[in-house]
Amino acid sequence: MDDFLLRALLGGLGVALIAGPFGSFVVWRRLAYFGDTLAHSALLGVALGFFFEVDPTLAVMAVCLLMAVLLFVLQRQRRLPADTLLGVLAHSALSLGLVVLAFMEQVRVDLVAYLFGDILAIGVSDLLWVLAVGLVSLGTLFVLWRPLLSITLHRDMARVEGVPVDLVELVFSCLIALVVAMMMKVVGLLLVTALLIIPAASARRFVASPEAMAVFAVLIGCGAVVGGLTASWHLDTPAGPSIVVVAALGFVCSQLLPSSRTGL
Amino acid sequence: MPADDLLIALDNVSVDLRGRSVLSQVDLDVRRGEILTLIGPNGAGKTTLLRVALGLLTPSRGEVRPRAGLRVGYVPQRLHPDQSFPMSVQRLMKLTAQTNRDSIEAILDEVGAGSLLKAPLASLSGGELQRVLLARALLRDPELLVLDEPVQGVDVHGQVELYQLITALRHTRGCSVLMVSHDLHLVMASTDRVVCLNRHICCTGTPEAVSRDDRFLQLFGPAVLPHLALYSHDPDHRHNRCNGQSCCCSDANCKGGE
Repeated sequence: MDDFLLRALLGGLGVALIAGPFGSFVVWRRLAYFGDTLAHSALLGVALGFFFEVDPTLAVMAVCLLMAVLLFVLQRQRRLPADTLLGVLAHSALSLGLVVLAFMEQVRVDLVAYLFGDILAIGVSDLLWVLAVGLVSLGTLFVLWRPLLSITLHRDMARVEGVPVDLVELVFSCLIALVVAMMMKVVGLLLVTALLIIPAASARRFVASPEAMAVFAVLIGCGAVVGGLTASWHLDTPAGPSIVVVAALGFVCSQLLPSSRTGL
Repeated sequence: MPADDLLIALDNVSVDLRGRSVLSQVDLDVRRGEILTLIGPNGAGKTTLLRVALGLLTPSRGEVRPRAGLRVGYVPQRLHPDQSFPMSVQRLMKLTAQTNRDSIEAILDEVGAGSLLKAPLASLSGGELQRVLLARALLRDPELLVLDEPVQGVDVHGQVELYQLITALRHTRGCSVLMVSHDLHLVMASTDRVVCLNRHICCTGTPEAVSRDDRFLQLFGPAVLPHLALYSHDPDHRHNRCNGQSCCCSDANCKGGE
């Protein structure tokens, strides 16, 4: 197997491993649009990275983190519906990113790579990023798992039972920001949400516990990565979208298969 | 009243939300072993008052004084577990409490939900879900149970049963209950004291007394009368000064009435 294909496979599997548990929470807590907004703002990070001549991955993470904190603060003010707020921020950040990029005439950016990912161009340093973000995000998620499940069930009930709801939600938002920033590399900012929610949504009908859903989503995501890369190799299709198409086919199958004792 | 019988006291609590007064100058106290019911029309601030008592909302003015170390069990008005959230009753019970299977089974039996241990949350009926949430609150061995419209989404027969269960729990466990209801006639047999709320406290007293209070009748209209006559224990029993126009009352007039 060629080296670049091996790196792509490792990167993709790593991302699927992280996306499974986080994607499950995105589905349970209806955060799909939140993930989308973070992904859109990633392009602003890319632009600022070029502008200030810092590592684009770092810049993307910084902007995603800032955006997550900003959303956390603004959503607590409750002046606007959450989805309106997300829409305003998502498209403002995306447009601002494009405008900043246009200002820098000496920089030629391959926009398609950022929009749809460039998994076949993943380098060793990208793999190290996946590893680092994976360890941090999954480790923290493990610690926050029970409090997050309580909050998902009912925020006030969790609060009365002693869960530090605001802190947990803020940390979780920041983790999602890191995960999204890293996933962008693999599937591109337009497809990040797809890789978060499609495997988790496909897993739902076959599981009876949150943990099982997270594990199942990881397996489905890994299957989509392997299937998508294989298809891309043989059919010469773009890798990121191929992965999502395979995941989507898996979703359709999951809806057609008989489900076991989970009532859905 | 001995001081340690007072579980929680709200002093002169007012809440403004977005420049609008939602609650004004509310005094409320809950004593050990009593069942206190908040009633009032939609928008009267019942849930807001519960949130203040639970410490979920800081009042704009006034003070909330829970007894130190008070153990509270809370059952929210609605729990809409998303269909996408796979969770069994057993898992729900373990989520924030350190417990074992035996005590979970015992407590589910206590609320009449013993058969639901393995059931997915999304498959429960309204009444079953309320019983399960009640059991979950009881796992914390609460001194005070706070229930926000515990019978909402439950059919009438189930409502009567749930109120009977709540009354029974007070006797077996000795815990106090602070609950919200919009239906005085259903809750009459199950409560010691009623606080009729309409952004301020309109009147308070025994259910029989409140049911005859002019302010209560103004708030709910005379249509409630036939029901009340049916459900009241003893229509001729007159408790306190809360009857008639003198009551209603943001003062101490009817506090010590019963």
